[in-house]
Amino acid sequence: MTSEYILRVENLHKRFGNREILRGISFKVKKGETVVFIGPSGTGKSTLLRCINQLTEPDAGHVYLDDEKITGCGHLISKYRQRIGMVFQSFNLFDHLTAVQNVEIALLKVKKMKPAEARKKAADELGRVGMLDFSDHYPSELSGGQAQRVSIARSLAMDPEVMLFDEPTSALDPELTREVLEVMKDLARSGMTMLVVSHELGFAQSAATEVVFMEGGKIIEQGPPARIMKDPQHPRTGEFIGKIADQ
Amino acid sequence: MAILIEWGRYLLSGISVTMGLVISALAIGFLLGLALLFMFYYGVFPALGLDLSAFAIGAVVLGMRGAAYQSQIFQGSIQSISEGQMTAALSLGMTKRAAIKSIILPQALRISLPSLSNEYPEILTDSAVCYAIGVMELLTRTSVIVSQTYVTLPIYAACAGIFILLNYAGMQAISKVEKKFAIPGFGIAAG
Repeated sequence: MTSEYILRVENLHKRFGNREILRGISFKVKKGETVVFIGPSGTGKSTLLRCINQLTEPDAGHVYLDDEKITGCGHLISKYRQRIGMVFQSFNLFDHLTAVQNVEIALLKVKKMKPAEARKKAADELGRVGMLDFSDHYPSELSGGQAQRVSIARSLAMDPEVMLFDEPTSALDPELTREVLEVMKDLARSGMTMLVVSHELGFAQSAATEVVFMEGGKIIEQGPPARIMKDPQHPRTGEFIGKIADQ
Repeated sequence: MAILIEWGRYLLSGISVTMGLVISALAIGFLLGLALLFMFYYGVFPALGLDLSAFAIGAVVLGMRGAAYQSQIFQGSIQSISEGQMTAALSLGMTKRAAIKSIILPQALRISLPSLSNEYPEILTDSAVCYAIGVMELLTRTSVIVSQTYVTLPIYAACAGIFILLNYAGMQAISKVEKKFAIPGFGIAAG
Protein backbone atom coordinates (compact mmCIF):
# COMPACT_ATOMS: atom_id res chain seq x y z
CA MET A 1 0.00 0.00 0.00
CA THR A 2 1.48 3.27 -1.03
CA SER A 3 -0.14 6.61 -0.56
CA GLU A 4 -0.21 9.14 -3.36
CA TYR A 5 2.59 11.07 -1.67
CA ILE A 6 6.15 10.06 -2.46
CA LEU A 7 7.50 12.41 0.19
CA ARG A 8 5.96 13.69 3.40
CA VAL A 9 7.58 16.09 5.81
CA GLU A 10 5.97 16.49 9.21
CA ASN A 11 6.65 19.27 11.64
CA LEU A 12 10.43 19.51 11.14
CA HIS A 13 12.38 21.50 13.70
CA LYS A 14 16.05 22.33 13.66
CA ARG A 15 18.15 24.69 15.69
CA PHE A 16 21.84 25.48 15.52
CA GLY A 17 22.93 26.78 18.91
CA ASN A 18 20.24 29.22 19.90
CA ARG A 19 19.25 29.99 16.32
CA GLU A 20 16.04 28.28 15.35
CA ILE A 21 16.40 27.51 11.65
CA LEU A 22 13.33 25.35 11.03
CA ARG A 23 10.23 26.01 13.10
CA GLY A 24 7.74 23.33 12.22
CA ILE A 25 7.82 22.62 8.50
CA SER A 26 5.22 20.27 7.02
CA PHE A 27 4.36 19.52 3.41
CA LYS A 28 3.63 16.65 1.06
CA VAL A 29 4.84 15.99 -2.45
CA LYS A 30 3.16 13.76 -5.01
CA LYS A 31 5.09 11.67 -7.45
CA GLY A 32 6.16 13.72 -10.45
CA GLU A 33 5.66 17.09 -8.80
CA THR A 34 8.22 19.85 -8.87
CA VAL A 35 8.18 22.03 -5.77
CA VAL A 36 10.21 25.22 -5.78
CA PHE A 37 11.18 26.78 -2.44
CA ILE A 38 11.79 30.51 -2.38
CA GLY A 39 12.47 32.91 0.45
CA PRO A 40 15.10 35.23 1.90
CA SER A 41 18.51 33.73 2.61
CA GLY A 42 19.01 32.28 6.07
CA THR A 43 15.42 31.14 6.08
CA GLY A 44 16.21 27.45 6.37
CA LYS A 45 15.52 26.30 2.80
CA SER A 46 18.86 24.54 2.42
CA THR A 47 18.65 23.15 5.94
CA LEU A 48 15.24 21.79 5.06
CA LEU A 49 16.62 19.90 2.04
CA ARG A 50 19.51 18.57 4.12
CA CYS A 51 17.08 17.40 6.79
CA ILE A 52 15.14 15.46 4.17
CA ASN A 53 18.04 13.14 3.36
CA GLN A 54 19.39 13.43 6.90
CA LEU A 55 22.68 15.08 5.99
CA THR A 56 21.54 17.28 8.82
CA GLU A 57 19.62 15.55 11.56
CA PRO A 58 16.44 17.38 12.49
CA ASP A 59 15.74 17.96 16.19
CA ALA A 60 12.11 16.99 15.84
CA GLY A 61 9.66 15.96 13.17
CA HIS A 62 9.64 13.21 10.59
CA VAL A 63 10.30 12.58 6.93
CA TYR A 64 8.57 9.78 5.03
CA LEU A 65 9.76 8.48 1.69
CA ASP A 66 6.99 6.53 0.03
CA ASP A 67 5.42 6.02 3.49
CA GLU A 68 8.62 4.71 5.03
CA LYS A 69 9.85 6.78 7.92
CA ILE A 70 13.45 7.75 7.23
CA THR A 71 14.09 10.00 10.21
CA GLY A 72 15.88 8.18 13.00
CA CYS A 73 16.50 5.08 10.91
CA GLY A 74 20.17 4.88 11.90
CA HIS A 75 22.56 3.29 9.45
CA LEU A 76 19.70 2.43 7.06
CA ILE A 77 19.85 6.05 5.96
CA SER A 78 22.40 5.22 3.26
CA LYS A 79 19.79 2.94 1.67
CA TYR A 80 17.28 5.78 1.61
CA ARG A 81 19.83 8.27 0.35
CA GLN A 82 20.30 6.09 -2.73
CA ARG A 83 16.67 6.87 -3.53
CA ILE A 84 17.01 10.63 -2.95
CA GLY A 85 19.37 12.44 -5.32
CA MET A 86 20.92 15.71 -4.29
CA VAL A 87 22.48 18.49 -6.34
CA PHE A 88 24.54 21.14 -4.57
CA GLN A 89 25.18 24.81 -5.13
CA SER A 90 28.93 24.16 -5.34
CA PHE A 91 28.51 21.00 -7.49
CA ASN A 92 30.74 18.94 -5.19
CA LEU A 93 32.02 16.78 -8.01
CA PHE A 94 34.74 14.41 -6.85
CA ASP A 95 37.86 16.30 -7.86
CA HIS A 96 40.06 13.26 -8.44
CA LEU A 97 37.67 11.59 -10.86
CA THR A 98 36.74 12.32 -14.47
CA ALA A 99 33.17 13.19 -15.38
CA VAL A 100 32.28 9.61 -16.27
CA GLN A 101 34.03 8.27 -13.15
CA ASN A 102 32.08 10.74 -11.05
CA VAL A 103 28.85 9.33 -12.43
CA GLU A 104 29.82 5.68 -12.12
CA ILE A 105 31.53 5.62 -8.74
CA ALA A 106 28.35 5.21 -6.71
CA LEU A 107 27.10 2.61 -9.20
CA LEU A 108 30.28 0.62 -8.55
CA LYS A 109 30.69 1.21 -4.83
CA VAL A 110 27.10 1.46 -3.69
CA LYS A 111 25.04 -0.49 -6.23
CA LYS A 112 27.93 -2.93 -6.86
CA MET A 113 27.33 -2.88 -10.61
CA LYS A 114 29.77 -4.58 -12.96
CA PRO A 115 32.28 -2.07 -14.41
CA ALA A 116 31.03 -2.42 -17.99
CA GLU A 117 27.43 -2.01 -16.92
CA ALA A 118 28.26 1.00 -14.75
CA ARG A 119 30.25 2.63 -17.55
CA LYS A 120 27.34 2.23 -19.94
CA LYS A 121 24.84 3.62 -17.47
CA ALA A 122 27.18 6.53 -16.70
CA ALA A 123 27.57 7.29 -20.40
CA ASP A 124 23.77 7.21 -20.82
CA GLU A 125 23.30 9.67 -17.97
CA LEU A 126 26.01 11.99 -19.29
CA GLY A 127 24.28 11.87 -22.67
CA ARG A 128 21.00 12.80 -21.02
CA VAL A 129 22.51 16.05 -19.71
CA GLY A 130 24.46 16.69 -22.92
CA MET A 131 27.87 15.99 -21.38
CA LEU A 132 28.91 12.79 -23.12
CA ASP A 133 31.67 14.57 -25.05
CA PHE A 134 33.25 15.61 -21.74
CA SER A 135 33.35 12.11 -20.21
CA ASP A 136 37.10 12.14 -19.70
CA HIS A 137 37.39 15.68 -18.40
CA TYR A 138 38.27 16.34 -14.78
CA PRO A 139 36.07 18.72 -12.77
CA SER A 140 38.72 21.44 -12.96
CA GLU A 141 38.45 21.29 -16.75
CA LEU A 142 34.70 21.95 -16.79
CA SER A 143 32.77 25.20 -16.64
CA GLY A 144 30.39 25.65 -13.72
CA GLY A 145 27.40 24.83 -15.89
CA GLN A 146 29.06 21.71 -17.24
CA ALA A 147 30.10 20.62 -13.76
CA GLN A 148 26.56 21.06 -12.50
CA ARG A 149 25.17 19.02 -15.37
CA VAL A 150 27.62 16.22 -14.55
CA SER A 151 26.56 16.38 -10.92
CA ILE A 152 22.93 16.06 -12.00
CA ALA A 153 23.90 13.02 -14.11
CA ARG A 154 25.73 11.60 -11.08
CA SER A 155 22.55 11.79 -9.02
CA LEU A 156 20.31 10.53 -11.83
CA ALA A 157 22.48 7.46 -12.34
CA MET A 158 21.23 6.12 -9.01
CA ASP A 159 17.66 6.18 -10.41
CA PRO A 160 16.39 8.26 -7.51
CA GLU A 161 12.70 8.64 -6.73
CA VAL A 162 13.16 12.21 -5.55
CA MET A 163 15.75 14.82 -6.50
CA LEU A 164 16.76 17.66 -4.21
CA PHE A 165 18.33 20.75 -5.76
CA ASP A 166 20.03 23.11 -3.32
CA GLU A 167 20.42 26.42 -5.16
CA PRO A 168 21.78 24.61 -8.22
CA THR A 169 22.39 27.76 -10.25
CA SER A 170 23.33 30.41 -7.71
CA ALA A 171 27.06 29.91 -8.34
CA LEU A 172 26.60 30.32 -12.10
CA ASP A 173 26.42 33.28 -14.42
CA PRO A 174 23.17 33.76 -16.40
CA GLU A 175 24.29 31.90 -19.49
CA LEU A 176 25.45 28.85 -17.58
CA THR A 177 22.34 29.06 -15.42
CA ARG A 178 20.24 28.64 -18.54
CA GLU A 179 21.92 25.40 -19.60
CA VAL A 180 21.42 23.90 -16.15
CA LEU A 181 17.80 25.03 -15.96
CA GLU A 182 17.13 23.45 -19.36
CA VAL A 183 18.32 20.11 -18.01
CA MET A 184 16.15 20.56 -14.94
CA LYS A 185 13.11 21.44 -17.00
CA ASP A 186 13.59 18.31 -19.10
CA LEU A 187 13.84 16.34 -15.92
CA ALA A 188 10.64 17.83 -14.54
CA ARG A 189 8.86 17.06 -17.82
CA SER A 190 10.09 13.47 -17.69
CA GLY A 191 8.15 13.01 -14.46
CA MET A 192 10.93 13.25 -11.88
CA THR A 193 9.83 14.37 -8.44
CA MET A 194 11.87 17.45 -7.64
CA LEU A 195 12.36 19.76 -4.67
CA VAL A 196 14.21 22.85 -5.77
CA VAL A 197 15.59 25.67 -3.68
CA SER A 198 16.06 28.45 -6.22
CA HIS A 199 15.24 32.04 -6.92
CA GLU A 200 14.83 31.42 -10.64
CA LEU A 201 11.25 32.61 -10.97
CA GLY A 202 11.22 31.76 -14.66
CA PHE A 203 12.00 28.16 -13.83
CA ALA A 204 9.36 28.14 -11.10
CA GLN A 205 6.81 29.53 -13.52
CA SER A 206 7.47 27.06 -16.29
CA ALA A 207 8.38 23.88 -14.40
CA ALA A 208 6.98 24.03 -10.87
CA THR A 209 3.72 22.45 -9.85
CA GLU A 210 3.96 24.25 -6.54
CA VAL A 211 5.87 27.18 -5.12
CA VAL A 212 6.56 27.40 -1.40
CA PHE A 213 7.51 30.71 0.16
CA MET A 214 9.50 30.32 3.38
CA GLU A 215 10.57 32.91 5.88
CA GLY A 216 11.94 32.67 9.41
CA GLY A 217 11.97 28.88 9.38
CA LYS A 218 8.31 28.61 8.49
CA ILE A 219 6.23 28.10 5.38
CA ILE A 220 4.39 31.38 4.88
CA GLU A 221 2.49 30.48 1.78
CA GLN A 222 2.33 27.80 -0.86
CA GLY A 223 0.41 27.24 -4.06
CA PRO A 224 0.60 26.92 -7.84
CA PRO A 225 3.29 29.20 -9.31
CA ALA A 226 0.86 31.39 -11.20
CA ARG A 227 -1.13 32.19 -8.09
CA ILE A 228 1.86 32.70 -5.80
CA MET A 229 3.46 35.08 -8.27
CA LYS A 230 0.45 37.01 -9.51
CA ASP A 231 -1.85 36.89 -6.53
CA PRO A 232 0.02 36.16 -3.30
CA GLN A 233 -2.20 35.98 -0.21
CA HIS A 234 0.48 37.07 2.22
CA PRO A 235 2.00 40.55 1.90
CA ARG A 236 5.55 39.24 2.60
CA THR A 237 5.28 36.84 -0.35
CA GLY A 238 4.42 39.63 -2.73
CA GLU A 239 7.13 41.85 -1.32
CA PHE A 240 9.78 39.13 -1.72
CA ILE A 241 8.73 38.18 -5.24
CA GLY A 242 8.72 41.84 -6.22
CA LYS A 243 12.23 42.20 -4.87
CA ILE A 244 13.79 39.25 -6.71
CA ALA A 245 11.85 39.99 -9.90
CA ASP A 246 13.50 43.42 -9.99
CA GLN A 247 16.99 41.93 -9.98
CA MET B 1 92.94 5.47 -5.47
CA ALA B 2 94.18 1.90 -5.26
CA ILE B 3 92.50 1.62 -1.89
CA LEU B 4 89.25 2.84 -3.33
CA ILE B 5 89.33 0.15 -6.00
CA GLU B 6 90.31 -2.47 -3.47
CA TRP B 7 87.52 -1.59 -1.05
CA GLY B 8 85.09 -0.33 -3.66
CA ARG B 9 82.99 -3.47 -3.78
CA TYR B 10 82.81 -3.59 -0.04
CA LEU B 11 81.58 -0.03 0.13
CA LEU B 12 79.15 -0.37 -2.76
CA SER B 13 77.45 -3.36 -1.22
CA GLY B 14 76.40 -0.93 1.52
CA ILE B 15 74.03 0.64 -1.01
CA SER B 16 71.53 -2.14 -0.66
CA VAL B 17 71.61 -1.83 3.13
CA THR B 18 71.22 1.95 3.08
CA MET B 19 68.42 1.72 0.53
CA GLY B 20 66.81 -1.06 2.55
CA LEU B 21 66.73 1.26 5.55
CA VAL B 22 65.36 4.14 3.52
CA ILE B 23 62.62 2.13 1.89
CA SER B 24 61.68 0.38 5.13
CA ALA B 25 61.59 3.68 6.96
CA LEU B 26 59.50 5.31 4.25
CA ALA B 27 57.07 2.40 4.32
CA ILE B 28 56.93 2.25 8.11
CA GLY B 29 56.65 6.00 8.38
CA PHE B 30 53.86 5.88 5.86
CA LEU B 31 52.00 3.12 7.66
CA LEU B 32 52.59 4.53 11.13
CA GLY B 33 51.63 7.92 9.82
CA LEU B 34 48.35 6.40 8.73
CA ALA B 35 48.07 4.47 11.98
CA LEU B 36 48.62 7.62 14.02
CA LEU B 37 46.02 9.30 11.93
CA PHE B 38 43.53 6.50 12.43
CA MET B 39 44.34 6.55 16.12
CA PHE B 40 43.32 10.16 15.96
CA TYR B 41 40.09 9.37 14.16
CA TYR B 42 39.13 5.89 15.31
CA GLY B 43 41.07 5.28 18.50
CA VAL B 44 43.05 2.30 17.21
CA PHE B 45 46.42 1.81 18.88
CA PRO B 46 49.12 -0.15 17.06
CA ALA B 47 50.62 -2.72 19.39
CA LEU B 48 54.42 -2.89 19.21
CA GLY B 49 57.01 -4.66 21.34
CA LEU B 50 58.98 -7.28 19.37
CA ASP B 51 62.52 -8.64 19.54
CA LEU B 52 64.16 -6.80 16.68
CA SER B 53 67.52 -6.84 14.88
CA ALA B 54 69.63 -3.68 14.68
CA PHE B 55 68.42 -3.17 11.14
CA ALA B 56 64.80 -3.50 12.23
CA ILE B 57 65.30 -1.17 15.17
CA GLY B 58 66.95 1.36 12.86
CA ALA B 59 64.10 1.10 10.42
CA VAL B 60 61.49 1.44 13.15
CA VAL B 61 63.20 4.42 14.74
CA LEU B 62 63.60 6.20 11.44
CA GLY B 63 60.03 5.22 10.65
CA MET B 64 58.66 6.61 13.90
CA ARG B 65 60.42 9.87 13.27
CA GLY B 66 58.87 9.94 9.79
CA ALA B 67 55.51 8.89 11.15
CA ALA B 68 55.20 12.00 13.24
CA TYR B 69 55.74 14.18 10.19
CA GLN B 70 53.69 12.07 7.87
CA SER B 71 50.65 11.88 10.13
CA GLN B 72 50.73 15.66 10.20
CA ILE B 73 50.92 15.71 6.44
CA PHE B 74 47.95 13.35 6.13
CA GLN B 75 45.93 15.25 8.65
CA GLY B 76 46.57 18.49 6.81
CA SER B 77 45.67 16.86 3.50
CA ILE B 78 42.41 15.47 4.80
CA GLN B 79 41.48 18.77 6.34
CA SER B 80 42.17 20.55 3.08
CA ILE B 81 39.52 18.48 1.29
CA SER B 82 36.28 20.43 1.18
CA GLU B 83 33.44 19.11 3.28
CA GLY B 84 31.30 19.00 0.15
CA GLN B 85 33.18 15.93 -1.05
CA MET B 86 32.03 13.89 1.93
CA THR B 87 28.54 15.40 1.78
CA ALA B 88 28.19 14.48 -1.89
CA ALA B 89 29.44 10.94 -1.26
CA LEU B 90 26.97 10.46 1.60
CA SER B 91 24.14 11.90 -0.48
CA LEU B 92 24.75 9.17 -3.07
CA GLY B 93 24.19 6.53 -0.42
CA MET B 94 27.81 5.77 0.40
CA THR B 95 28.55 4.84 3.98
CA LYS B 96 31.06 7.05 5.74
CA ARG B 97 33.61 4.25 5.49
CA ALA B 98 33.11 3.85 1.73
CA ALA B 99 33.36 7.60 1.28
CA ILE B 100 36.67 7.71 3.17
CA LYS B 101 38.03 4.85 1.09
CA SER B 102 36.83 5.88 -2.37
CA ILE B 103 36.72 9.66 -2.13
CA ILE B 104 38.66 11.13 0.77
CA LEU B 105 41.80 8.95 0.89
CA PRO B 106 42.56 8.99 -2.85
CA GLN B 107 42.42 12.77 -2.72
CA ALA B 108 44.33 13.09 0.53
CA LEU B 109 47.13 10.84 -0.71
CA ARG B 110 47.48 12.88 -3.89
CA ILE B 111 47.56 16.11 -1.95
CA SER B 112 50.16 14.75 0.45
CA LEU B 113 52.46 13.34 -2.25
CA PRO B 114 54.71 16.41 -2.65
CA SER B 115 55.20 16.68 1.11
CA LEU B 116 55.81 12.96 1.36
CA SER B 117 58.46 13.26 -1.34
CA ASN B 118 60.37 15.64 0.92
CA GLU B 119 60.63 12.81 3.38
CA TYR B 120 62.89 10.81 1.09
CA PRO B 121 66.03 12.98 1.28
CA GLU B 122 65.34 13.55 4.97
CA ILE B 123 65.27 9.88 5.78
CA LEU B 124 68.07 9.07 3.37
CA THR B 125 70.44 11.34 5.25
CA ASP B 126 69.01 10.45 8.66
CA SER B 127 69.53 6.77 7.92
CA ALA B 128 73.22 7.34 8.62
CA VAL B 129 72.41 7.57 12.33
CA CYS B 130 72.03 3.79 12.25
CA TYR B 131 75.82 3.79 12.19
CA ALA B 132 75.41 4.36 15.91
CA ILE B 133 73.79 0.98 16.47
CA GLY B 134 76.10 -0.89 14.11
CA VAL B 135 73.84 -1.40 11.12
CA MET B 136 76.17 -2.12 8.19
CA GLU B 137 74.91 0.78 6.13
CA LEU B 138 77.02 3.10 3.95
CA LEU B 139 78.50 5.24 6.71
CA THR B 140 79.35 2.23 8.88
CA ARG B 141 81.15 0.59 5.99
CA THR B 142 82.91 3.84 5.21
CA SER B 143 84.31 4.02 8.72
CA VAL B 144 85.30 0.36 8.58
CA ILE B 145 87.33 1.12 5.46
CA VAL B 146 88.83 4.20 7.07
CA SER B 147 89.87 2.24 10.15
CA GLN B 148 91.43 -0.48 8.00
CA THR B 149 93.25 1.78 5.59
CA TYR B 150 93.79 5.03 7.50
CA VAL B 151 92.71 6.86 4.33
CA THR B 152 89.97 9.33 5.18
CA LEU B 153 89.08 12.01 2.70
CA PRO B 154 88.67 9.98 -0.52
CA ILE B 155 86.69 7.31 1.29
CA TYR B 156 84.29 9.77 2.90
CA ALA B 157 84.04 11.62 -0.42
CA ALA B 158 83.07 8.37 -2.13
CA CYS B 159 80.46 7.75 0.53
CA ALA B 160 79.08 11.27 0.10
CA GLY B 161 79.04 10.77 -3.67
CA ILE B 162 76.93 7.65 -3.27
CA PHE B 163 74.48 9.50 -1.01
CA ILE B 164 74.18 12.26 -3.60
CA LEU B 165 73.52 9.74 -6.35
CA LEU B 166 70.94 7.86 -4.28
CA ASN B 167 69.25 11.13 -3.47
CA TYR B 168 69.15 12.14 -7.11
CA ALA B 169 67.91 8.75 -8.30
CA GLY B 170 65.24 8.65 -5.59
CA MET B 171 63.96 12.13 -6.41
CA GLN B 172 63.74 11.17 -10.08
CA ALA B 173 61.67 8.12 -9.21
CA ILE B 174 59.41 10.17 -6.95
CA SER B 175 58.76 12.77 -9.60
CA LYS B 176 57.76 9.92 -11.94
CA VAL B 177 55.24 8.74 -9.35
CA GLU B 178 53.95 12.28 -8.89
CA LYS B 179 53.45 12.61 -12.63
CA LYS B 180 51.67 9.29 -12.81
CA PHE B 181 49.12 10.34 -10.20
CA ALA B 182 48.83 13.95 -11.33
CA ILE B 183 45.32 15.14 -12.06
CA PRO B 184 44.64 18.40 -13.88
CA GLY B 185 43.97 21.26 -11.54
CA PHE B 186 44.33 19.02 -8.55
CA GLY B 187 46.78 19.54 -5.72
CA ILE B 188 49.99 18.56 -7.44
CA ALA B 189 51.41 20.17 -10.53
CA ALA B 190 51.89 17.96 -13.56
CA GLY B 191 55.12 19.72 -14.50
